[in-house]
Parts: sequence; C-alpha cells; structure tokens
Amino acid sequence: MNDLAEIISQNEDRLRTEWIGTMSASVERTDLISKAEINEQCASILKEIVEGVKTSGSGNLSGAGWNGARELLTAISASRARQGFSPTDVAIFVLSLRQPLFVVIRDKVGKTPDLLFETIGAATQLLDKLAMITNEAYIATREELIMRQQQELLELSTPVVKLWDGILALPIIGTLDSARTQVVMESLLQAVVATNSRYAIIDITGVPTVDTLVAQHLLKTITAARLMGAECIISGVRPQIAQTIVHLGINLEDVITKAKLSDAFGLALQRSGRAVVKTAAATAANPLSGFFGKREE
Amino acid sequence: MERIPVLRMGSLLLITIQVDMHDKLALQLQDDVTERISEWGSTGVLIDISSLEIVDSFIGRMLANIAGMSRVLGAETVVVGMQPAVAITLVELGMSLTGVRTALSVEAGMELLYGNAITGTQDERTEA
Repeated sequence: MNDLAEIISQNEDRLRTEWIGTMSASVERTDLISKAEINEQCASILKEIVEGVKTSGSGNLSGAGWNGARELLTAISASRARQGFSPTDVAIFVLSLRQPLFVVIRDKVGKTPDLLFETIGAATQLLDKLAMITNEAYIATREELIMRQQQELLELSTPVVKLWDGILALPIIGTLDSARTQVVMESLLQAVVATNSRYAIIDITGVPTVDTLVAQHLLKTITAARLMGAECIISGVRPQIAQTIVHLGINLEDVITKAKLSDAFGLALQRSGRAVVKTAAATAANPLSGFFGKREE
Repeated sequence: MERIPVLRMGSLLLITIQVDMHDKLALQLQDDVTERISEWGSTGVLIDISSLEIVDSFIGRMLANIAGMSRVLGAETVVVGMQPAVAITLVELGMSLTGVRTALSVEAGMELLYGNAITGTQDERTEA
C-alpha cells in the first residue's frame, strides 16, 4: 500500500501540474479563483494524501491519518460552494486527479500487471472517497446557506406597520405555515402592546392561497389579539380567495373582512371616531391641485 | 390567608392580579367577586392581569367563569392588559374566552365600562 504514497510523493510536481491542467480544461468558471490559489490548494492536498496513505492506508478514510486531508477538502469545497461554483466544478476538482495519477502509476509499475491492477484499484477507491467528502461538504454548505436564508426571509416577511395612532397593519406575504404563524402572531401582539393599538389590520393580499389550515392560523392570531383587547380586520381578500373560503366552508363570520386595505383602514378610523376630511385650503395652495383634484373625482 | 383584593370604584369592581395564581386563590377570588357584586350592586368588573405571566387552562377557565357569574348577577366583565405570551398560551390551549370583553389597558377598560355608566347617569340627569 505504501507504494501509492511513494509514487505520489516522488512525482508530486508532475502530478500537480497535470492535475491543474486537466482541471482547468473542464472547469467552467475559471474566473472565480486564481491560478496561484489552485496551485497552493493542490499542493497541500497532495501532501495530505501522502500523509494519509502513509499513516492510515488508502482503504480507510476515517482513520486518524486522514484527518488533515478531510478537513482540508471540506474547507476547500465549502469555500467553493460560497464562491458560487457548480457541483460539477467542485467534483471535478478531485476527480481530475485521476488521469494524471493513473499515468504516473503506469510509468512506475506498468511492467508488473498484478501490481499495476492493485495500485490502480486502490487509487480509484481513494479518489472516489475523496470526491464523496468534497460533495458532502459542498451540499452541507449549500444547505446551511438555504437554512440561513429561510430564517432571514422569515424575519423580513413579517413587518408590522403603524398606520395611525392606535391602528396597526400587518401585510402578510407568502403562505402561512405553523412556524410563520407563530412569528406573525408574536410580532403582532408585541406591536399591539408597544404601540397600544386598538385595531390591527391583517392584509392577506400577498397570500397566494387560503386553505383550511391557513384560515385556522389566521383565526388563532385574531383570537390572541382579541384576548389582549385589540380588534382584527382582515383585508386584501381577492375574489378567488373569497370563493375558496366559501367552498371550503371556512367560518369567518366572527371576523371583519374587507376587500381592500383602504376599506379596512377606513373602518378602523371610523370605529376609533376619526374621519378623513378633504380641506379646501390644501387644494388651493397646491400647484398640482388641478391634476390631483381631477383624479379624485 | 393570601387573598386578591377586590376594590370598589363607584359602580365598578377593580381586581388587580399581581401574584402567581394558584387554584385555591382563583376559587377564593370567584367567591369574593360574586359576594361583592351582590353586596354592592356593581355593574362592571375590571380584571387587570397585566402582571400575570403564566396561565394554565384552570386560570383561563376561572376568568371565563367569573365573567359568566358576573353576567348572571348583572355585571359586565372586562379583562385588561393581557400579555402576548399569555394570549398565545390561551389560544394554543383552545380557550378563546368568548363572552369576555377585553381591553388593552385599565384606562381603555374603564372607558369601555364607565363610559356606558357615565352616559347612563347623564342621560338620567338630563331627563330629570
């Protein structure tokens, strides 16, 4: 087994040059990483592979001797995942070592077929396992990225806005699931306490579909707000959604629903004893009054 | 024995819960409230639970019970100042406290109850 380590360490420079040659021929995004960096990465990986084969053998990559190689590969493929390399590019990074390595092995032990077969077999196994490690690290990094983005999306997508003294609006974008309902409910209730608001308008214009589950989540939020002494108005019910709600037999009779956010806001103003009045003075002072006046009519 | 004070404010009863509710205390409160309503002829009950941080289904039911009992005795109940965490817990427990009126603060609750009472007396006065 130590033959493999010997072959690699003896031909390190040649392997590295050919490896990089094969790699840059097949990798699409050569612009994402510099030649010098690749050179350095390849050199340190070759060194770690030699170290691994020497101490723990080429068959078992979970041995202590492979720790260095594993960590290095994981770090490299994680950084490539972040840089935006495709999965193929990351896999090619390790797999393009195969051809140069086979050539070197043939040069070295080509005269004894049995030994050649055995060494090539070991080398293939080794490279496959290394490629597996690279792929796993790549996917893990992407997964982590997706998780973080989901979390950020969750935080971004539940803004509570104050429309007026004592009137809040909560525009919901995207489908409501249990996890989001929890966040929506908490942020709404916190805002109700913080701003001492009597009315909360939940705008569902951005909710693509309302099924029984979404409706149940909405009702939960409304009930919790009511318990605290705030009244909820649902707005932004689209015609299709109104049809779906009735077809599904969802009971929204105890909830005030309006077609538009402006309708809901008007109702909240009216209930809190306010009215929006058009003042004559403003229209006279405003040079654009003609334009806006016409539009309002 | 520990007891939650029931204060009289004109025709209203003001109850501020500032300690952790345990079952015995809750039952005692039920007794006290019903007793006071019939004694003083109160028309409204204001329960301030803004310091209450932990609820269970028993306390939730107790609130609903007090409201129900008061209504039978001719007084309206308003629960004020519920914390968000408490509201979420009650909803998750499936207790929506239907029939109990709620308000954000003691002030708002007072307005809800007293507003009616004051206009009522004023009407009587103008009529007289």
